[in-house]
Amino acid sequence: MALSPTGRRRAGWADPLFRVGTGAVAVLVIAIVVGILAVLVNDSMLSVRKFGLSFWRTRVWDPVAGDFGALPFIWGTLYSSVLALLIAMPVALGIAIFLSELCPRWMRQPLAFLTELLAAIPSIVYGLWGIFVLAPAVRTLQVHTPDALRGTPFFSGPPLGVGMLAAALILAVMVIPFTATVAREILKAVPVSQREAAYALGATRWEAIRLAVHYGRIGILGAVMLGFGRALGETMAVTMVIGNNPQVALSLFAPQHTMAAVIANEFTEAADALYLNALVEIGLVLFLITVVINGLSRFLIWRMVRVRPARVVAPVKVPLAA
Amino acid sequence: MTFLCALSVVVALIPLAFILFFVLHQGVPALNWAFFTEMPRPVGETGGGMANAIVGTGILIGLAALVAVPIGVTCGVYITEFKTSRLSPAVRFAADILNGVPSIVIGVFAYAIAVLPFRRFSALAGGVALGVMMIPIIVRTTEELLALVPSSLREGALALGATRARAVATVILPAALPGIVTGVLVALARVAGETAPLLFTAFNNRFFSTSLDQPIGSLTVQIFTYAISPYEDWHRQAWAGATVLIAAVLLFSLLARAVTRRLERMHHG
Amino acid sequence: MNAILRQTGHVRALAILVVTAVLSACSGGQTPPSGQASPALPGQGAPAAGGADQINGAGATFPYPIYSKWFSEYTKSHPDVRINYQSIGSGGGIRQLTAQTVFFGATDGPMTDEQLKSAPGPIVHLPTVLGAVVPVYNLPDVTGDLKFSGPLLADIYLGKVKKWNDPAIVKENAGVKLPASDIAVAHRSDGSGTTYIFVDYLSKVSPEFKQKVGVATSVNWPVGVGGKGNEGVAGVVKQTPGSIGYVELIYALQNNIAFGAVKNKAGAYLKASLESVTAAAAASAASMPADFRVSITDADGKDAYPISSYTWLLLYESPTDKAKGKKMVEFVRWAITDGEAYAKDLGYAALPDSVVKLEQDALGKIEVQ
Repeated sequence: MALSPTGRRRAGWADPLFRVGTGAVAVLVIAIVVGILAVLVNDSMLSVRKFGLSFWRTRVWDPVAGDFGALPFIWGTLYSSVLALLIAMPVALGIAIFLSELCPRWMRQPLAFLTELLAAIPSIVYGLWGIFVLAPAVRTLQVHTPDALRGTPFFSGPPLGVGMLAAALILAVMVIPFTATVAREILKAVPVSQREAAYALGATRWEAIRLAVHYGRIGILGAVMLGFGRALGETMAVTMVIGNNPQVALSLFAPQHTMAAVIANEFTEAADALYLNALVEIGLVLFLITVVINGLSRFLIWRMVRVRPARVVAPVKVPLAA
Repeated sequence: MTFLCALSVVVALIPLAFILFFVLHQGVPALNWAFFTEMPRPVGETGGGMANAIVGTGILIGLAALVAVPIGVTCGVYITEFKTSRLSPAVRFAADILNGVPSIVIGVFAYAIAVLPFRRFSALAGGVALGVMMIPIIVRTTEELLALVPSSLREGALALGATRARAVATVILPAALPGIVTGVLVALARVAGETAPLLFTAFNNRFFSTSLDQPIGSLTVQIFTYAISPYEDWHRQAWAGATVLIAAVLLFSLLARAVTRRLERMHHG
Repeated sequence: MNAILRQTGHVRALAILVVTAVLSACSGGQTPPSGQASPALPGQGAPAAGGADQINGAGATFPYPIYSKWFSEYTKSHPDVRINYQSIGSGGGIRQLTAQTVFFGATDGPMTDEQLKSAPGPIVHLPTVLGAVVPVYNLPDVTGDLKFSGPLLADIYLGKVKKWNDPAIVKENAGVKLPASDIAVAHRSDGSGTTYIFVDYLSKVSPEFKQKVGVATSVNWPVGVGGKGNEGVAGVVKQTPGSIGYVELIYALQNNIAFGAVKNKAGAYLKASLESVTAAAAASAASMPADFRVSITDADGKDAYPISSYTWLLLYESPTDKAKGKKMVEFVRWAITDGEAYAKDLGYAALPDSVVKLEQDALGKIEVQ
């Protein structure tokens, strides 16, 4: 019990007040999250009621006829993000391994700093670069695509430059520094005892690295998924290079659309209630997808960090000193 | 295999660094005194600058900090001090969700609560949107740093008769403050570069404005507007704007790093 | 403890910065934070803080060049009137005006009856200038102007005509060597009055287009890349060889983008110009409806450019802020008289005199007292 300087027992209102006060602010944060969900649900009611579940699989986006469907945007978002991740994952992992294991000590700090700085560059700057450098470069690539490939569904379409490929590339570029940084942290978290044990048993440098990566594999997966979550929500850079055409297309050269981009483009002007509700419903879909992905990735990282070292040593075949 | 890793560094970091240098290469020649002091000119006239947008971004992140720092720090304090309460994990979970919400969705939320009810686009609405984005970063930073403070400090303060609030305010928070400041700087750097949530909250303003209840220009929205236009002069200014933005982000990062390094030296030295 | 205090030097600096920024923001703004409009302060002079004197509007990108010129010139002679206009597209102008988040809107596609009904009060359409939508293209190896007919443009935008050397295009342009490349179609990604004018015309000349796509500020385009604003489409066409798009005339002129001639109702191929646009308006000027909502695409007359249109400012008939309403009305009066002089240099045609007279009467009906 708190005592005042005269020794009398102080009224015990200070501590409970502190708890209630800070607790109220904590509740506020929860309220904000609930509020976001509430706004999204409330402002999309018209569209939800009219289209129901078919909203998720309709291809049409027709403001004139009042017919809306989210499929082209879900497709575009997933396609661009998955593609970006396929490109980014090995590269980010390579950078993480290099920085944590292979890099000469004097290079470590500056390279790490460079990586963090690149992760901090705003997406509008990447978008600017995308419009003026990446899209024309992709266009040149498209023009020089051999006709044999042109016939396949993945490479068909006029050489516009903007399109799915440009979007996937710019997302990959943006996701790599971030994912590399998180993966590096995961690798740093691998206990030194693990590596020392491996070396003691005669492992080569690469086998020790494989062991470390294997140990951290769940966390690395979490890092990759965090990058995926980032890519899903990316708005500006994507809308500047993806072509803004709501179609479901396999071709890397076709202009497509994403959920975030369509909201950015059309939100301020959806002139009738149903149109606006349809856009907010897309926001709701985006919100739910990113919450699930981020939740899953955090869970994976948490699992890796809390698991005790002894349990996860992989049965790597460590050869005796050759 | 070393070669592959080194290759990935070359393949990735070097081109990424190239982007950075390309932006600087385009932007630095376009920086002139007019850029920092003049307003945008009407369509078709060359020249002019982004003075209003630069000031606008400064005001917006100031507002965001004003919203996010008190809420974020207090929330972090609650999570640390009352770890065992049932509310704590729920709040941490909520903060994590908030961190992953795409910025465009935050923009939609801010439009619904800060623009529509007041029938106006405003700098305040933009500040609210950015502030909401900053909150989870600050909560997490505060929480981690408060946990690092040795419990002996807390126990000592409480043993001397301080109330919990006093212990936190006068002993624990000051000890963690440099790290929290780092977190704030990192969060500021992140929101300074946001465009999407500002599109329908702060809107844009070609006049110099500092009032909080009017639309306000921002560096990011202005860059976007210029970038998608067909005018060469506007493109030139967009590069200049991007350079200023990168310089600001770099400044915040360096500042954050300097603070962190001094903190580390303080604890280990 | 001293070490800790030394560290907080950074903190204090940051705190001072933040507090200063916020204080200057608060003191700079003249408007009390409750948002009520304070009585307008006498001529505050140029770069002073924004406040109650600022009038916010949003809408069409089609007239943005002339509007930005007008607002800039008008503020020079009336420093207490600052009009902040954001060109977010006609759809945006209509929507934000209806939500009352801006004071006035601007559109090239007149509001439909449903849109007018869902607004909180009656809205007045005020025509300002006449403009033209032109088909721009990027074919570096083609010299001379291309000719298009209405149905041909419709087919290109329907995706039926896919290559530049398609027989339909060759037929209209005898003697011009057209490449065998794909046509990269560009259209608007945002809600646009320019789109409205263009599809209004295409729907008049192609029943298939009318049925498949229809007329609105935002349509379901069968093919093509979306650009944001007239600026965006012009940007796409400028950057992409082999592309075609539609923009307001001035965007083509200011950016040196080639644009084609279009065949009008009387069969003549005309490029957009002040004369051809004025001729398009002349035919219907006499029968202008009272609310000024009229379409002049595909007009009669051998000199009429077929994709012409009025563009309108939108104001509430009885605005909540009477002072601002009065300022806007005075501005519009200036615009349709003195302002028209600037229109010519920017490629917009002035309003016919009969229309100006009708509009002056309409302006008198807006309740600003």
